[in-house]
Amino acid sequence: MKETIDYANQNYLKYVSLTAPKTKETRTLFRAFWVGGFICVIGQGIRTLYEQAFGLSGDELSSYVSMTMVFLGALLTGLGVYDRIGKYAGGGSIVPITGFANSVVSPAMEFKSEGYIYGLAAKMFLIAGPIIVFGVASGVLVGLVYYFINLF
Amino acid sequence: MNTIYFKTKPSILKTYTVAGPKEGKGTLGKYYDMVIGEDTFGEKTFEKAERKIMYTAVKSLIDKIENNTVDALILGDLLNQNITASFTAREVGLPLLGVYSACSSFTESLLLGASMIDGGYLNGVIAGTSSHFSSAERQYRYPLELGCTRPPLSQWTVTGAGCCFLGVYTAGMPYISRATIGTVKDFGVTDANDMGAAMAPAAADTIFNHIKNTNSSPEDYDLIVTGDLGSFGSRILKDLLWEKGMDVDRQHVDCGEMVFNMEESEYQGGSGAGCSALVFCSYLYNLIKAKKYKKILLAATGALLSSLTTQQGESIPSISHAVEIGV
Repeated sequence: MKETIDYANQNYLKYVSLTAPKTKETRTLFRAFWVGGFICVIGQGIRTLYEQAFGLSGDELSSYVSMTMVFLGALLTGLGVYDRIGKYAGGGSIVPITGFANSVVSPAMEFKSEGYIYGLAAKMFLIAGPIIVFGVASGVLVGLVYYFINLF
Repeated sequence: MNTIYFKTKPSILKTYTVAGPKEGKGTLGKYYDMVIGEDTFGEKTFEKAERKIMYTAVKSLIDKIENNTVDALILGDLLNQNITASFTAREVGLPLLGVYSACSSFTESLLLGASMIDGGYLNGVIAGTSSHFSSAERQYRYPLELGCTRPPLSQWTVTGAGCCFLGVYTAGMPYISRATIGTVKDFGVTDANDMGAAMAPAAADTIFNHIKNTNSSPEDYDLIVTGDLGSFGSRILKDLLWEKGMDVDRQHVDCGEMVFNMEESEYQGGSGAGCSALVFCSYLYNLIKAKKYKKILLAATGALLSSLTTQQGESIPSISHAVEIGV
């Protein structure tokens, strides 16, 4: 019984994947490329500005630039603009740090209706949580590898 | 035999629809009884907005009914624990049967309502369903403001509610003559964005059984209407039925395909429990009442998944209940 079901399933799933409308890859890649690139250009512009105008450098400079970009991402999310950019650009606006800000602010806005503690605060890292967990975990892993390489 | 024959032919006496702003601008916009200005409907949360939409639809329908009394409500929606139906009934203060079979809830409520009236247990029933784009997105997908693309197979949940008043047979009014209870089908589709492919086998099974059980053929129907298969799902449905030796190409329409002006963001069309309810209770009901269509088969389709089962890697079981409406 189980086998015949699986057989039919495989045929059906094959048929579905063959006939399903596909994502237009050239178009989405192009959009992701130019929007993602444009966000980076803005970031670089801010970096140069801070460098020239305030004389910042090194880690301090990177932190200020990141903070500004996170702020802009959060602001655009709050204004309801970032999801429209994201709908158009896909990965192009998810990968930069502004996308990270969007992934924290959007659930915070969404779940505010369930209260500030159990809604906003608890659900804030719904999407960014995994990124942080795996980011920290891989950071620890790389750190360990780095440590052992330096021993020899 | 899972086809029910209603001997007394319960009639659909009145309908009322409340549609969201996007639906109001859609192809069927002018047929809705009420189109709301903004999708929050003046409420603080989208769940409350959906509730108010359903409440408005039910209350306005009750106000439209003159000589009959409503004995019970049979309502369904997509939200966890059927909160829209229950909270609406709390405000209305009438007995409630809450139903859930995802987007097939509308035909399930019609089927149950017609059975109650046909059996002589009740004299007047309001059957209806609702859905809301934003409350459904919150429950099934991502936060609204999260910037991500919609895959080409995705559908757009309809904001709106449609409900109809079922009563004992009244000459000249559309009536429910037969109905087929759906069987849950699962062909192993796991992509929660690909609802059309998940639900098409259930629709094909129910439509095929209904037509075979009643010894009729697709030509006997003016329309064979599915709920929210979308463009791609409709194609699969026709292919599946063709494989069984049944050609519904000329009769088939899909509510999901009709409800919006097709733009990129909806891709496959509308979906949700409110989709078939909105289209049937407005446009289709009017045409049947005007005797433009004499006999239609309405088979709303529902994907019986939850975000939990999707995360646990389960495939998507689906169901489709069909009701035959004549005049």
